[in-house]
Amino acid sequence: MIGIINGRVYDPCNGIDGKVRDIWVKDGRIVSPAEVDRSAADIIDADGMVVMPGGVDIHSHIAGGKVNAGRKMRPDDSRGHERPSRELSQSPRVYTRSGTGRSVASTFKTAYDYVEMGYTTVMEGASPPLMARHTHEEFEDIPILDKGGYILMGNNHFIMDCIRRNEKEKARDYVAWLLGATKGFGIKIVNPGGVENFKYKQNVTDLDDKVIGFDVTPRRILETLSWINDELGLPHVPHIHGLNLGLNGNADITAETLIAMTGREAHFTHLQFMSYGGEMGKPVRSAAEVTARVVNANPNITVDVGQVVFGDTTTMTADGPVQYRLHALTGNKWFNDDVEAETGGGVTPCVYRKSNPFNAVQWLVGLELFLLIEDPWRVYLTTDHPNGGPFTCYPQVIRMLMDRDFRMQAFEGISKLARKNALLPELDREYSLYEIAIITRAGTAKRIGLDWKGHLGVGADADITVYADMEDREAMFARPRYVFKDGVLVARDGQIVCERPGQTVYVSPDYDTAIEKEVRRHIEDNYTIAFEHYAVSEKELSNGRQVACKP
Amino acid sequence: MTTTVENAVCTFCGCLCDDIRVEIENDRIVKAKRACANGRGMFMDYDPTPRKPRVAGKAVSWKQAVKACARILDDAESPLIYGLSSTSTEAQKKTVALADRIGAMIDTTSSVCHGPTGLAMQALGEATCTLGEVANRADLVIFWGCNPAEAHMRHFSRYSLTPKGRLVPEGRKDRTVWGVDVRPTKTSRMVDHFIQIDPGSDYEVLTTLRAMLKGYRIEAEQIGGVPLTQLTELAHAMKTCRFGAVCMGMGLTMTRGRDLNVRELFALVADLNSQTRFSVVPMRGHSNVAGADQVMTWQTGYPFAVSFAKGYPVYGPGEFTAVDVLARKEADAALIIASDPAAHFPRKAAAYLETIPTIVLDPEENLTARTAEIFLPTACAGIDASGTFYRMDNISIHAQAVVASGRPTDQDILQDIMEAMQT
Repeated sequence: MIGIINGRVYDPCNGIDGKVRDIWVKDGRIVSPAEVDRSAADIIDADGMVVMPGGVDIHSHIAGGKVNAGRKMRPDDSRGHERPSRELSQSPRVYTRSGTGRSVASTFKTAYDYVEMGYTTVMEGASPPLMARHTHEEFEDIPILDKGGYILMGNNHFIMDCIRRNEKEKARDYVAWLLGATKGFGIKIVNPGGVENFKYKQNVTDLDDKVIGFDVTPRRILETLSWINDELGLPHVPHIHGLNLGLNGNADITAETLIAMTGREAHFTHLQFMSYGGEMGKPVRSAAEVTARVVNANPNITVDVGQVVFGDTTTMTADGPVQYRLHALTGNKWFNDDVEAETGGGVTPCVYRKSNPFNAVQWLVGLELFLLIEDPWRVYLTTDHPNGGPFTCYPQVIRMLMDRDFRMQAFEGISKLARKNALLPELDREYSLYEIAIITRAGTAKRIGLDWKGHLGVGADADITVYADMEDREAMFARPRYVFKDGVLVARDGQIVCERPGQTVYVSPDYDTAIEKEVRRHIEDNYTIAFEHYAVSEKELSNGRQVACKP
Repeated sequence: MTTTVENAVCTFCGCLCDDIRVEIENDRIVKAKRACANGRGMFMDYDPTPRKPRVAGKAVSWKQAVKACARILDDAESPLIYGLSSTSTEAQKKTVALADRIGAMIDTTSSVCHGPTGLAMQALGEATCTLGEVANRADLVIFWGCNPAEAHMRHFSRYSLTPKGRLVPEGRKDRTVWGVDVRPTKTSRMVDHFIQIDPGSDYEVLTTLRAMLKGYRIEAEQIGGVPLTQLTELAHAMKTCRFGAVCMGMGLTMTRGRDLNVRELFALVADLNSQTRFSVVPMRGHSNVAGADQVMTWQTGYPFAVSFAKGYPVYGPGEFTAVDVLARKEADAALIIASDPAAHFPRKAAAYLETIPTIVLDPEENLTARTAEIFLPTACAGIDASGTFYRMDNISIHAQAVVASGRPTDQDILQDIMEAMQT
């Protein structure tokens, strides 16, 4: 039993905005004071400190084939970013595992870095179904954190065949089967149809372009998967990475895609990379206003930003053509992996430079989106780790949002070309701690569909972060005083003190089992592994938690 | 009585064929249908009867053997851990954990096969694809410095030569196939066009192809013993295909130039992607050598050749690669798992290995085990132990044990050793 007393609590799900409250924990859950024998409880006096639920990341790339290709390709990202093994207890002997890496850190280091920053749940943004087993194997080596993965479906042959034949019920049953088979958490759509077309050295640029060999369009893929998401009652909504990522002028197609989803629930990820104005071959400019306006007008849409942070990082996405273009543009090394009948993807290192007008505009777009989207419950903090920068930069971004002077100081340092006519100086908004708590845990947990996380109400998982209340918000959020996971103190003063496994959340929606016969035939005809070997079994997850669907 | 297991996974080579029909009588495999000669040998020659571990020439209990292992590792100042390529990722994870705990140097068999492929990847990246993309799409396949007809016997029929796919409905007829090697092989007899190059000239030939594709005029009449006209034809085939794949092997990685050869091939493939789609498929040898790369990379950040001596991973191919460590006599104890360095290493390295306390975990008493201080006859992952394996294209497959095991798994024994250690 633990009591965290006298702290100023920010618990937006329960409407608590900085009130002094005592939080009581028993058996890993938040409980009411009546359930606790205070004399037997460990008491943490959080007087003058800030208490929030543990951080919840809605979109990050931390595990799986692409991430590991990034690690392997970048020994330069590992060197100089080492974390030694450390003894936690002598009897029994417990050590943390050593690791390396900054933008593509090894698994154990990824977990420790997140936890030491006060985060307790992280969702992996993109796993090819065929590589789900790999993703889960890495999850097993990402301790402490709870995690789950979105499964790539926007270029899936079975689904596109169904759409062409107007068999959306069949597609629905397949998606249900696929989520159960991959132990995935939700539907991810990346450049629908474009990744398939890249296998012919082409792409899609418009919602009504044709996918080669399937006679379907990005629009129909989006509509169908969104309908399926609803039908299955998945905890999360369709998680969408749209068309033309990273291209000048893509804000128009992004706005069009957002509008196409009007009336449907959807999450648009890393909107920053999709909100550029200008034309190809001309200087890029921010079109954050264009996409933010559409988001503001459509209450069923949420976004995460994918903020750019200046410095070296590794970009990776299932959007194969994007990575090829970045490689062709920069000459940086390039990894690509086309995955049979499902998807593709690539990895390219990248340095975001303040002096580079394009990069500086990317940086501006992200901040402008944060400041222009009015409802904090619908805009979430991410860097699309590691695409915009490593997640370890979140505290810096938080300070940018909370501290206009700090933000403007940074603004003065960026490319003059990008500063010209920029909107950012006109935006006076400063986020409050309450709003930060929304965009980093309350809002994200709710939108992912993890009702027992992201808040401190009775019954919630006792994932709790306690911060010293410092004027320098970057320092404050970089090193919380205490981090509890399931009611166990796991980090103190920014250092891991306890190592324990985390959970993997997944869904397993019901479906008409008649589909299995067709899936078997599809796998026999289009894959190089047997149907029997495709699915990840429950036994392969040492600490899985199935989350219910509400069809 | 005969029992049958369908869709067993063959854990012999990097093809990981997962359609084997295994017949079992009295806990021994008597038939392995659909398996190639190599796979059949693995399934049928293996005797899963539990055996006692051996310490200093004497059969002992597992408990005593584990204690002896712990003592060796406790006493070691500079232990070397090597192998990993023929066991499950579950065992590989535990092995890296042990290395982390004791500050060992750890290396995998990658360093003597596709290590240079890894170095080339680190220099340039790698445009690759899963084997199903080759089967479904590739209208041009090139085998360069590899001989799947003998080393990956079912690669042709399952992945690269004859499969019918969505875009190659006629299978073999829809593919143009080239081979490049220093001598005719069983593979070269299967291709449409074979280019025999002079030994050691891969780099030159690859550079020439790159130059040709970039539009440079080549003045030499032949390169690497190959008439220029033949290379012109190959370059033309490359840029005019729809989806090309080049399967590459140790003819590039283990000959003069090593990682530079592979870099040139990877650069060529990357270049080709400005005109069409092209992928490279490294033909990984052992069943889970790709998994060893994966596990090492996600746990340490590096694929092989790692030292934990400083308390964190430090990468050093040439420095912490097992052959070099042994040849320089830097290790004072060794733990060898699922590999046979005594049979494959250069004489100097193998000879030194005999002089230091060595622990071997392996289903078979291989050459290394015979001279080792301690031999631990563990279960064979894929036959009497279940586990996860990564195919050469990094698709992972869970192999269920096909016979009951009386033997402990590698990971169980490694866990016991860690618990028995003082440090």
